Formats: sequence, C-alpha cells, structure tokens
Amino acid sequence: MAVCIAVIAKENYPLYIRSTPMENELKFHYMVHTSLDVVDEKISAMGKALVDQRELYLGLLYPTEDYKVYGFVTNSKVKLVMVVDSSNTALRDNEIRSMFRKLHNSYTDVMCNPFYNPGDRIQSRAFDNMVTSMMIQVC
Amino acid sequence: QITELCGAKRIGYFGLTQFYVALRLIAAAQSGLPVRIESIKCELPLPRFMMSKNDGEMRFGNPPELHGSKVQIPYLTTEKNSFKRMDDEEKQQETQSPTMSPLASPPSSPPHYQRVPLSHGYSKLRSSTEQMHPAPYEGRQPLVQPEGSSSGVSGAKPLRHQASLIRMVLCEVRQDSGVYFWFIPQEPFGLSFDDVISMAALFPGVPFQPLGPSVFYLISVNQIPFGIFQLTGLRTVSYSIRMPLALKHSDIELENSYKDRTIALSGRADLEDSVLSFSVERELQDNSSNYPDEPWRITEEQREYYINQFRSLQPDPSSFISGSVAKNFFTKSKLSIPELSYIWELSDADCDGALTLPEFCAAFHLIVARKNGYPLPEGLPPTLQPEYLQAAFPKPKWECALFDSYSESMPTNQQARDLNRMEKTSVKDMADFPAPTQDVTGDDKQALKSSLNEALPKDAPEDPAAPKDSNSLKARPRSRSYSSTSIEEAMKRGEDPPTPPPRPQKTHSRASSLDLNKVFQPSVPATKSGLLPPPPALPPRPCPSQSEQVSEAELPPQLNRAPSQAAESSPPKKDVSYSQPPSKPIRRKLRPENQSTESQEPSTAVGGPASGATVKPHPTVQKQSSKQKKAIQTAIRKNKEANAVLARLNSELQQQLKEVHQERIALENQLEQLRPVTVL
Repeated sequence: MAVCIAVIAKENYPLYIRSTPMENELKFHYMVHTSLDVVDEKISAMGKALVDQRELYLGLLYPTEDYKVYGFVTNSKVKLVMVVDSSNTALRDNEIRSMFRKLHNSYTDVMCNPFYNPGDRIQSRAFDNMVTSMMIQVC
Repeated sequence: QITELCGAKRIGYFGLTQFYVALRLIAAAQSGLPVRIESIKCELPLPRFMMSKNDGEMRFGNPPELHGSKVQIPYLTTEKNSFKRMDDEEKQQETQSPTMSPLASPPSSPPHYQRVPLSHGYSKLRSSTEQMHPAPYEGRQPLVQPEGSSSGVSGAKPLRHQASLIRMVLCEVRQDSGVYFWFIPQEPFGLSFDDVISMAALFPGVPFQPLGPSVFYLISVNQIPFGIFQLTGLRTVSYSIRMPLALKHSDIELENSYKDRTIALSGRADLEDSVLSFSVERELQDNSSNYPDEPWRITEEQREYYINQFRSLQPDPSSFISGSVAKNFFTKSKLSIPELSYIWELSDADCDGALTLPEFCAAFHLIVARKNGYPLPEGLPPTLQPEYLQAAFPKPKWECALFDSYSESMPTNQQARDLNRMEKTSVKDMADFPAPTQDVTGDDKQALKSSLNEALPKDAPEDPAAPKDSNSLKARPRSRSYSSTSIEEAMKRGEDPPTPPPRPQKTHSRASSLDLNKVFQPSVPATKSGLLPPPPALPPRPCPSQSEQVSEAELPPQLNRAPSQAAESSPPKKDVSYSQPPSKPIRRKLRPENQSTESQEPSTAVGGPASGATVKPHPTVQKQSSKQKKAIQTAIRKNKEANAVLARLNSELQQQLKEVHQERIALENQLEQLRPVTVL
C-alpha cells in the first residue's frame, strides 16, 4: 500500500504530498526529501543522453527496513515519489509501474486545466481522489 | 403572474432570487397590493403559508378571508432564515388536530403563525439542512381545516413513508390559484421522480405534467393547475405544489369555492393509485430519469445563451475553445480560481485542454449555478454530460445525426473526432449553402491534412476555415491554392496556443520574402497577386530556341506545383511555407521575364563579343552566315538569358530553402521551449 505519494516540481519543491495519516507525516516528508537526491543522481547518470532516451520509471530508489521508495520522473522534470510499505511484499514492479502511470495520467489531466498554473500546488479534486484510491487500494 | 414577474418563466426555473421575489410578490398579493416588481420593495408582511390538505372529494378550502387579514409573522426576518421542518408525523398530527374554522381563527392565527416562523433562509439552508424548528404545525393545521370538512387522516400513511424524504413543508395560499406547498426534501439536488410522485400522491387525482423543460412541473387536476417546481439548490430542494383549492373545471367556480372549501389530506389509498397512474402516464416525456438533476438541466434559453457565448469566443460551433481562451472568459465570472479549476475538471470530460460546445455549455451552466449559490457537484451530473447535451441539442441546422455520430466519436481518438468534425462541418456547409462538392473535397483535403496533425487545436483552425470559407464565398472553385490560402486564413484565426508564433511568422515570412524580392526586383509585390497567371504567361515567349526556356520555365512552375501539392499533403503549418516557395518562384518567374530585358543587355553585351567572335571565324561567309550569325547570336543571347534566368532562379530557390530551414529551426526551438510546459 502506498503510504505516501508526493509530486515534486522541477525545482525540487513539492507540488503535492500526501501520506496516510497513521504515522508521523514528517517522517515521510523527510524520506521523500532524501529520495530526491537519489532521483537526481539517477537523472544525471543518464543526463548525457537525450531526454527521450531516459526512462521515466526510475524504480526502487532505496529501501529502508520499513519502507521502499520508488521514483518516477516526467519529461518536464517533475518527480513522482512513492513510498510503500515494505511489509507488503506482494507488490511487484509492474504494479508500481501501473500506479505511476495512473499518477502520471492524473498529473497530465491537472496540467490540462487552463486554470492550473504550473508550479502551483495541486488542488484538483480528481487528483486527490485518485491518490486516495491508490493509497487505500493496494493493501 | 407572479411567476412571470419574478422571472421564473424567463429562466424556466425558480432560482433563489426568483423564489424570494415570488414570495415577496405573494405577500404583496395576499396583502392586496398589486403584484408588481415594485411591490417587493415595500415593507410587506410575510406571505402566509398554510398547510392545506385536500379532502376526499378533492375539495380544497382556502380561507380567503385570511388573505384579507394581514397576518404578520413576527419571526420572519430576513436575517434569521431557516426553513421549518415538517415531519410527517406532525402532519399527521395536524390532520388529526381539531379543525378550526378559518373564519374564526384569524385572531388565533398569529400565534399559530408565530410558532411557525416562516423564513426564507436559503443561505442558512446551505449551511445545514438540519436547521429545523420543530414546527408546531398543529397551529397550522387548524387553519387548514376549516369547517370541518371531511378530513382524511389517511393522508398520514403515505406521508409517513416520506418522512425521510421531506424535510420541510411550507404551504402557502394564494388567493387566485391555489395553495402552494413547499416541500423541501432531504436529498441534495432534488428528489427522485418517485419521491415527487409520492408527494403528488398527497394530492390525489392530480396528474403530473411538466411545465417547463427543466424544473417546473405542473400537476393539473381537471384543468386546474398544480405546480410543482423545484427550487434547486444548496442541499435541499424545495418543491412547491400548488394545490387548487377546488377541483372544479372552471376557474370561476374555483374562486367561488375557495371560500368554503376545506383542505384536508384525505384518504389516499384509493386516490394514490390514480395519482400514481396519472403521474406515470404523464411521466415526463421529455425529461429523462434525471429528475433530481433539475438544477443541472439546461433550459432552452440557457442553451441559446451559452451557444451565443460560445460563438463569440469561437465562431465555429463545432470546434473547440482552447484552454486559454476559456480561462480568460470564465475568469470574468469572478469565481475563485480553485472553483473555476474544479468546474473545468468537471466539464472537460475528455481532458484535452479544450472545450467543445457541450463541454462549454456544461461549464457555463456550472458557473451559473455556482454564482447562484449552488454548490458544485462531486461529479458531472448526467444532464451535463457531453453526450447528453449533444443529443439534446435540437438544432435544425446541426443535423442531429451528425451530432450522434459526433458524440459517438467523442470517446474515440482525436483523429476520428477530427474526421467527424470535418464531415460535420462539411455537411453543415452543404446544408447551409448549396455548396459544390468541392467544399467537401476541400474539407476532405483539410481532413487529410488534419489527420496528419497530432495536436487537436491545430485542427480547430481548419474547421473554422471550412465554414468560414463557405460563409465568405458562395461559389468556390476550390483550387489547391485556394485551399492553401484558406488554411492560412484559418491558421491566422485559429486559437492554437502553441502555434500562434509560427503563424504570424508565415505571414511575415511572406512579407520578408517580399522584402527579399524587393532586393531583386521592386516590381515583385505587384506580381504577387498574379500567382496563377505567371505560369501561363511564361510559355508565350515566342522563340524556337526559347523552347528550352519555355520548358525550363514550365519546369519551375511544375516544381512549384509539386511542392505545393506536397505542401498540402503535409501539415498545414508547412503548407503556408510551401505555398510561399511556389509563389515566390512564380513571382520571380515574372521578374526574370522583366529582367530578361535587362539581361538582354548584358547578354547582348555578351552576345556582342560572341557575335564578334562569331564574326571572326566567318569572315568569308558573311553574307550567308550573317543570317546564321544573327540566328546564332539570337540563340546565344537567349540561351544566355535563359542561363541567367536559371541561375537567378537557382539562387532564389537556395535562399528560399535557407529561409525554410530557418523557419523550421525556429519552430523546433519553440517546440522545445514549449515542451516542458505542455502536456507530455
């Protein structure tokens, strides 16, 4: 189950971050923040190649004892970071990919909205609903 | 009359303002004041509401005497606005309460009324529909039960099951046309149709009949109108059911019978069936089962208004409004940005960043509703779905079949949509004008081009192109050049956000090419209009040796035509740029002709020495070769002219190639710049 989902802008400030309220949210925020370094590392590793060649799904960024952090970067350098519970071993890579795909689609829908200025916090209800569904569905 | 005055007839439903005005006017009428708009400004007593019930014989009593007496409802203040809830149990109690003659009760009515503060508090309603004052409806009931008519307690039964449905009932008596019940059901956005039926069951023998397209329903019994209209909004919906005070055929008798009729909820067991059967019969034929969505149903006037607004933004009703245009437009509505954002989310069903006409209507309707105070729904109501709206569009000139096909194509990919739109616009054009099939072919060409497009908004310019051209030109001999120019016009008029920069460039590049042409020849602009004539003008350069020139001259036009054909098969953006090369060489074809005279001089100068050269080897055969010489000289001269022409043409084409390259680079740059911002 996705415990925390965050959307981080190109300049590395969060556009949207939400975690399940069970635990200390600050901890998740911290994990997301530290994961940004890993994301940047992965991006720069393939930095020489063109953007097209870079794969969007970054995979497991780093595992902790309790959680695993997955990353996804869009073509416009917007990062999607997802923290999942390690105890949930049934989560396969494909599922994570599909979750990221859904997130990405929702994000593009938010972008489509002319009233949304890129760089604003995401306040779309549809996006919220989608994230909520993702956070409770995968258990 | 009050309905008309308060504007409900105009709008087709009772919005909040209309309701308020209506109530004020009712109060005015009840107090004997003339019903006019101005009268609402007076300090009026609050309209009296009475719970009225019908009796078994469907005799309704209205104590018109009460009208004469002004009953003030002291609780009624505009500040404290809350509707009273009426439980069915209370209703039942009311029915069972001892009847009191209304004639005798006027003095006591105030205290009764005092217990029944009538309030018009919709704003409070918004906050909580739970605002209820346990209404001592008993107070009302006695008023309602005049002269001990046979009151039916059986009304209790069907009422009971509506306990959960009905929050509040207010009732109002109008002097002329009956008693008004205001039912405020519990669910947001209206009761289901069943609920209304069951409420109609309260008024037995009442057939159901829709009054208006949206929210006004009329129940009429024996030609006496009942009215049920739905005040949509907030989280409650109130129904007003007008009860004819007497179910008689003639209105005159109605009036007479008002005086001593009794209203009581009578046995409904038998009547209920009749009512239900009635209502089933009259089941809103034109309205779908989306009865609860009345606030979200667009009336005809609204639809016309939305369509006009759409046209003001985008002349082609079948095309799209881009996001930025729509944003500017909707921002004028002064709603907050998050709300507008949410409305956009709801209405842009296909999430393409652009609004079609039904999407636009849905968005507009939501904005209107929001401005009138209705909270935004969680999801797009069924009556605002694009397919529904499209199917409901009764436009004669928009052939509905096309719309069905269009609506079917909506879920399909964009290209299919484009093609459908193309077909639609083309057929529409044909419908509008006795346009030749060339229009269709022209549109098909554009359709082909559009199918090559990736971005939808690019197709938008082509759509206005087709009807616009049809509007502008009645008889259109659609040649390829025309189609290209129409695309250019369309591109200029289209609202494609990413592409506007290139478009002016094209025109400017054309002007720049003109400037370049001016470098070569000042007479170029004059020849610009002569796009087509030049090629025919070229061949008639009579000279046998000039056949080469002619053929070469023909070749460039053919080349020009070839690139123009190729251009037209490519995305329209490049059409313009390609059409420029065809035009430029054509233009420059004239210049070589003009310059041929100039070149003749150098060529004559060249020819001079050449002729001189030729003179030398032919000193002896001068006489014989003079003619030959002349012929040769002329041939040489003209060959050199042709060479010069071709060289010039070559250089010009090279320059055009460079320009096209530069344009392409510029476009790519812009694309790169815009890419991070646009949708991935």
